[in-house]
Amino acid sequence: MNDPIRVVVIEDEVAIRRFLKASFGDGEAELHEAGTGSEGLTLIARKNPHVVLLDLGLPDQDGLAVLRELRTWSNVPVIVLTARGQDTDKVAALDGGADDYLTKPFSVAELMARIRVAMRHAQTSDHSAQTAIEAGLLRLDMAGHIASIEGVELALTQIEFKLLAILAQNVDRVVTQRHLLLEVWGPAYEDSTHTLRVHMANLRNKLKAHAREGLKIQTEIGIGYRLRQ
Amino acid sequence: MEPRRPDPDALLATVPSEKRGRLKLYLGMAAGVGKTYAMLSDAREAKKRGDEVVIGYLEPHDRPDTIAQAEGLEVISPKLIEHKGVRLAELNVEAVIEAGSAICLVDELAHSNAPGSRHAKRWQDIEDLLDAGIEVWTTVNIQHIESLRDIIAQVTGVFVQETVPDSFIERADEIELVDIPPEALQQRLREGKIYAPEKIEQALSQFFGKGNLLALRELALRHTAERVDEELLKSRRTQLAVEPWHARERILVCVAPNSMARRIVRASRRLATSLKADFLAVSVSSPRQSPSEQGKLELEAAMTLAEQLGAKTATLAGGDVVGELIRFAQSENVTTIVMGKPIKPRWREYLFGSVVDHTVRASGDIDVLVVTGKPEKAEVRPAKNQGKWDWRGSAEALLWVAAASWLGVLVETDVQPANVIMLYLIGVVAVSLRYDRFSSMVCALGSVLAYNFYFTEPRYTLHVYDFRDLITFGVMLAVSLILSSLTARLKEQNRALSERERNTGALYSLSQALAATRSKTEMARSAVGAIRTLTGADAAVLRVDSSGSIKVLEESELGFEKDAKESAVGEWVIEHGKPAGATTNTLAGSAGWYLPLRGAGKTFGAIAVKVENAADWRIDKRHLVEAIANQLTTAIERAQFAKESHQATLKAESEQLRSDLLSSVSHDLRTPLASITGSASVLEIQPELTSQSRELAATIREESNRLERLVRNLLDMTRIQGKVELKLDWYALDEVVESAVSRTADLFDQPVQVESPSEPIMVKVDGLLIEQVLVNLLENASRHAGRHTGVTIRLSQAKGFALIEFEDQGPGISPDRQPHVFDRFESSGAVGSGLGLAIAKAAVEAHGGTLDLIPSAVGAQFEIRIPLGEEVDDE
Repeated sequence: MNDPIRVVVIEDEVAIRRFLKASFGDGEAELHEAGTGSEGLTLIARKNPHVVLLDLGLPDQDGLAVLRELRTWSNVPVIVLTARGQDTDKVAALDGGADDYLTKPFSVAELMARIRVAMRHAQTSDHSAQTAIEAGLLRLDMAGHIASIEGVELALTQIEFKLLAILAQNVDRVVTQRHLLLEVWGPAYEDSTHTLRVHMANLRNKLKAHAREGLKIQTEIGIGYRLRQ
Repeated sequence: MEPRRPDPDALLATVPSEKRGRLKLYLGMAAGVGKTYAMLSDAREAKKRGDEVVIGYLEPHDRPDTIAQAEGLEVISPKLIEHKGVRLAELNVEAVIEAGSAICLVDELAHSNAPGSRHAKRWQDIEDLLDAGIEVWTTVNIQHIESLRDIIAQVTGVFVQETVPDSFIERADEIELVDIPPEALQQRLREGKIYAPEKIEQALSQFFGKGNLLALRELALRHTAERVDEELLKSRRTQLAVEPWHARERILVCVAPNSMARRIVRASRRLATSLKADFLAVSVSSPRQSPSEQGKLELEAAMTLAEQLGAKTATLAGGDVVGELIRFAQSENVTTIVMGKPIKPRWREYLFGSVVDHTVRASGDIDVLVVTGKPEKAEVRPAKNQGKWDWRGSAEALLWVAAASWLGVLVETDVQPANVIMLYLIGVVAVSLRYDRFSSMVCALGSVLAYNFYFTEPRYTLHVYDFRDLITFGVMLAVSLILSSLTARLKEQNRALSERERNTGALYSLSQALAATRSKTEMARSAVGAIRTLTGADAAVLRVDSSGSIKVLEESELGFEKDAKESAVGEWVIEHGKPAGATTNTLAGSAGWYLPLRGAGKTFGAIAVKVENAADWRIDKRHLVEAIANQLTTAIERAQFAKESHQATLKAESEQLRSDLLSSVSHDLRTPLASITGSASVLEIQPELTSQSRELAATIREESNRLERLVRNLLDMTRIQGKVELKLDWYALDEVVESAVSRTADLFDQPVQVESPSEPIMVKVDGLLIEQVLVNLLENASRHAGRHTGVTIRLSQAKGFALIEFEDQGPGISPDRQPHVFDRFESSGAVGSGLGLAIAKAAVEAHGGTLDLIPSAVGAQFEIRIPLGEEVDDE
């Protein structure tokens, strides 16, 4: 895959576009810029990018609306860029099909890591048929409902296993709590955050007991969880 | 009648006030029963228990036993006052307060102070001590209680001059009766233990006679018994909320302008005490009856006495005396009206009816009690030489007589004699309209004599031949006198009416003037002007400025500020909120009369009125000044409230403006900051950069990160200062803590230690806010204790709340800064904005929790408590 990574950035702040361009300047990626939502959608249709960076605060329309429209015709990974304090927007974007988010100010290293994760997940998008999931040292046997780290089995409950499986499928990517609730408990339990927290706390503790370098569940307050490998 | 409700004041009165000292009375039937001895031996006991006791004042009797008891107790040396060459020792109130003892003994409650003392009576001094929070023990004999004066006089024949108001006695928290049998007392007297030997025989035959002593002893015992009864009722009142109020009696004494007035007031007071009734006193003034000068003084003395005895007093005015009285009684839920037995001759009663009769008929379900009594020796007398004899009146009377005679002689032949008489009557009316009663009598008599002289046979003599002429003279004299008296009364009514009108008008224009301005100086000027117009006296308005010293706000030629003694009186009045100076019983020697401007819970200042002759200041004149003081107080209070509310509005508006400004500025700052941080981070990883440039790029990134944190703090602050809407959700506390720790991981060299129990602690909080609290604490630790510091966060759960203990290993917070760490913009150095901890505290408090600095030997320790929120069943 020697093709340069094509990135479309939809962002109205010129200064931010400029430094993004500089950070992609080494030739392994090419950046296409759009200042408004409609411009951005046209650009995505034309350039068929690998990743879209979408600012939520656009002058012509709501970034969430752009995302909604985009999702009607494209599965391209979208990373939303937000200012701090727009947490409800973040969650709405993630639940509305965005792959990840970045809070300004962010560093280039963070951005690159997120782009790589998003692209990796885009390539292996279908998890349903998988019989086993591997995330670093963690291995999940989907058929046997067995989770193990370096061959050592974790004593997990049904629910904990399901939660871990979802997080492992989205390794390094944030999963909203609503997503977890819907997948594990079903639509009737969308608001049972207390239950989710208790199970997640137990799961985190069990993982911590076997923790090796790096492998852990990270809580993103107000948004969801991220499994780091 | 409306139902009698529990009076809130009565309820409040049962609550012991926190500051006021206790009052303990040693009551005896006569001198020598051992009150002082008992008080002193109690004091010794108290001292043994460890209480601080001082002797404020002890009468210097030569009683060895008593002196022995006083030994070992600290004595506050009395104040010495020179009066007419004699040195008098008085209780030194200031020295006692300064000594600061818990209990003070003061002998002889009923004592009158030497002229020139602050208060006229010792009980007022004791009042000051009680107000200062000092417990006072004092002694008193039964004959000194004001309302018992008449009875004592009846029993012993002695009219006691030094008395203590019942209201003061009733406020005593404890009464100890010191009692010995009369024989024993007489024995003591004979042994010379009470008076000097030369006085013994006289005392035994008079005041200390066995009959007297028995009666006094009965009075003392009964008084104490009633008091015990009262206490029982009081305790019942606090226990059973409502019942006793139904039985509450209210006694109204109707005070008339005659010499029986004070006696009737005292009798009513005794009745009220024994019935545990409320006590009210009222006087009704009617334009149809204008009392004599003597009567006015009696009335005033009686009303003042009623006030001293604790009555609620009122003065009613109206044409129908009985109607006004009954209306007032009904509106006040009075159960019994007390009146004096009429002292007018019976024929007047037949002619004009009696107030008592009318009242009895009209009273409905109110009882009427008619009290009798001998008229009291007049203690008050009108000032002599009142109304100088006006020679012009008599001269003019004679002139009128002459004119009528001359005219009569001229027309005599053409008219009837009756018409001539009419001419004289014109003169009588004219004179009585313009001059006093004497002149009109001169005119009446002169007319009769002149008529006799000129128009009856034999003419030009004063002889009378015809008996019918005598009848004519008699009728003429009677008609003239009645005419003159009617005219005089009319004149008096007019005068009273116009005076009332003038007073009302002046008070009304004062209230308008006060309402029209917000400036206190203007208000004071209006008030001083009104006092001048209404009373003719110079006055000043004093107020306390911010430094605590007295300032004259407005004055009319009083020269107040030049006199240190007068300012001291003003200070006392403002400090105590009680009137003083001339016309009062407190500091009566001063030239001014001082009234506090006392609003709700605060004395704003005082009105000083120049009093040239205290006798001129009758109760109605004083009431006028009091009314002005009240108006002024209300106006000042109103202005104050208006000012305060205006300031509050301004402050709220400017707060809002500031927070709007801050929040919009912060928002605008963030976007460029994000670009700077991003650009610097790109710059940092450029391969062609020298290491120096790379370092510079890193500095740019770090510093703009810091700037970003500052902006974030500012935003958080404005958000928390406004109405915080918490987005409450369930979190496991360790999740929140770990998130905060990972966000600040690059601030520390060694990882932050988090100790949490295996069972997760679930809290319902705004996760982001609590995370921010911890981030702020961690940033604070890194800033002040340095990167190398070890930080430990311990989580635990106690009853109803989660506990987060936070500690670092840094230098800690110096004691002088500790009270201020949570203040806004409090920062020990140039690092940081000083907002972090303030935000943290506000955020925790928004959750109903607490964030405290815990004093510790090493490092800074904080403790956060957050309520857990309601329990939820896990599915």
